[in-house]
Amino acid sequence: MTTIENLRTIDPFAEADEDTGQVQQSQQYIHIRIQQRNGRKTLTTVQGIPKKFDQKKILKVIKKKFACNGTIVDSPEMGEVIQLQGDQRKDVQEFLTSEEGLGLKVNTIKVHGF
Amino acid sequence: MADTDTVPVDRKSRKSVAFSEGTSVMDADGNISDAVHGEDKTTAEKHTTPPSGDGEVDKMTDMFANMAKKKKKSSKPKTSAIEDGEEAAAAAEGGEFDASTMKKKKKKSSKPKAADDSFEAKLAKAGVEGEDGGSGDANGEVAEQEGDPLAGTGIWAHNTTTPISYPLLLNRFFTLLNQYNPDILSSGSKSYKIPPPQCLREGNKKTIFANIAEICKRMKRSDEHVTQFLFAELGTSGSVDGSKRLVIKGRFQQKQIENVLRRYIVEYVTCKTCRSPDTELNKGENRLYFVTCNSCGSRRSVTAIKSGFTAQIGKRKRMNG
Repeated sequence: MTTIENLRTIDPFAEADEDTGQVQQSQQYIHIRIQQRNGRKTLTTVQGIPKKFDQKKILKVIKKKFACNGTIVDSPEMGEVIQLQGDQRKDVQEFLTSEEGLGLKVNTIKVHGF
Repeated sequence: MADTDTVPVDRKSRKSVAFSEGTSVMDADGNISDAVHGEDKTTAEKHTTPPSGDGEVDKMTDMFANMAKKKKKSSKPKTSAIEDGEEAAAAAEGGEFDASTMKKKKKKSSKPKAADDSFEAKLAKAGVEGEDGGSGDANGEVAEQEGDPLAGTGIWAHNTTTPISYPLLLNRFFTLLNQYNPDILSSGSKSYKIPPPQCLREGNKKTIFANIAEICKRMKRSDEHVTQFLFAELGTSGSVDGSKRLVIKGRFQQKQIENVLRRYIVEYVTCKTCRSPDTELNKGENRLYFVTCNSCGSRRSVTAIKSGFTAQIGKRKRMNG
């Protein structure tokens, strides 16, 4: 019985952990969004980069690497958000996941938009 | 023809079994059954559609005509040669693939080939099936229909001995299938059809999403929910006009909208356990949304739609206006 109980407890817990983990992660997700501006112009926003990283430095590297301008917007609800000019979604995603970038896991990043 | 007729009869019993398995669709085995299932569907489609008398009947009849051709084709290969049999198999594969990748648009293009038609027919049939809820009569008829392609394949494998060939055929079928469509397994068997979104441009800066009501109906989701999702994903806003069309601010192409819709379907429509699109979205307790699957009964919570951060755009304009 003990083994069975153990199994039972383990299974639900594992699932629960995964579930709650996902729920919690949903706040830890890094959201990469795109917004349309005038004409063909677009804006890319990167929201939810972990606080252990220095946003300014990241921005500086990204700006240089992707040849675009950008700013850090401090919004009261979402925290610090990096804004970039143009559609940099793919680039940013690669940068965040690559080794020379932040080396984050792909499943923590959500790319939105079309 | 007499020969062909007799063969199907033999097949019927087997097929009916396969069909029952196919309905429950699971991974590798499930896919196999599904493949059988799909072929059944094409044949079944003929039978099912005329009685159903749905709006899709017209389409179906067209499909039916094509299907009839296809059937003849398949029957001939049985008697004739190995190569023909291969062709039929290939055609079947193609059909499967389309179904799995859930090509919404393909249907519209329609009828380049008999094989394609069979696919489309399958898709259409899948839609019909979803509505009908898979009646028992359809099963029996399906089994009968299935007999034809199956017989053809069986003969193809060993020239005359059908029973031995079947597993071999299946193996060959799936190896080829995987070769030609590597993403079929990952995408699963989605025979689920949604009309492509129709996008019109209103003026210079707005896009009209004309058939959102129809699409929502197909997905069994409320317009508001889909709209909310679209706006959140596209990072814009918009409104609904008099004839229930959605007006989205910004220029969007049909392809882009379709991408977002696809994501919506994956997230809020398909059941994660059985991949069936036949699900319902309900508000459970605590304001959480739950997706309940009608085919396997599983229930899962889905994340609420959050628009997230939206940058201010066109500040100056706003101030001027």
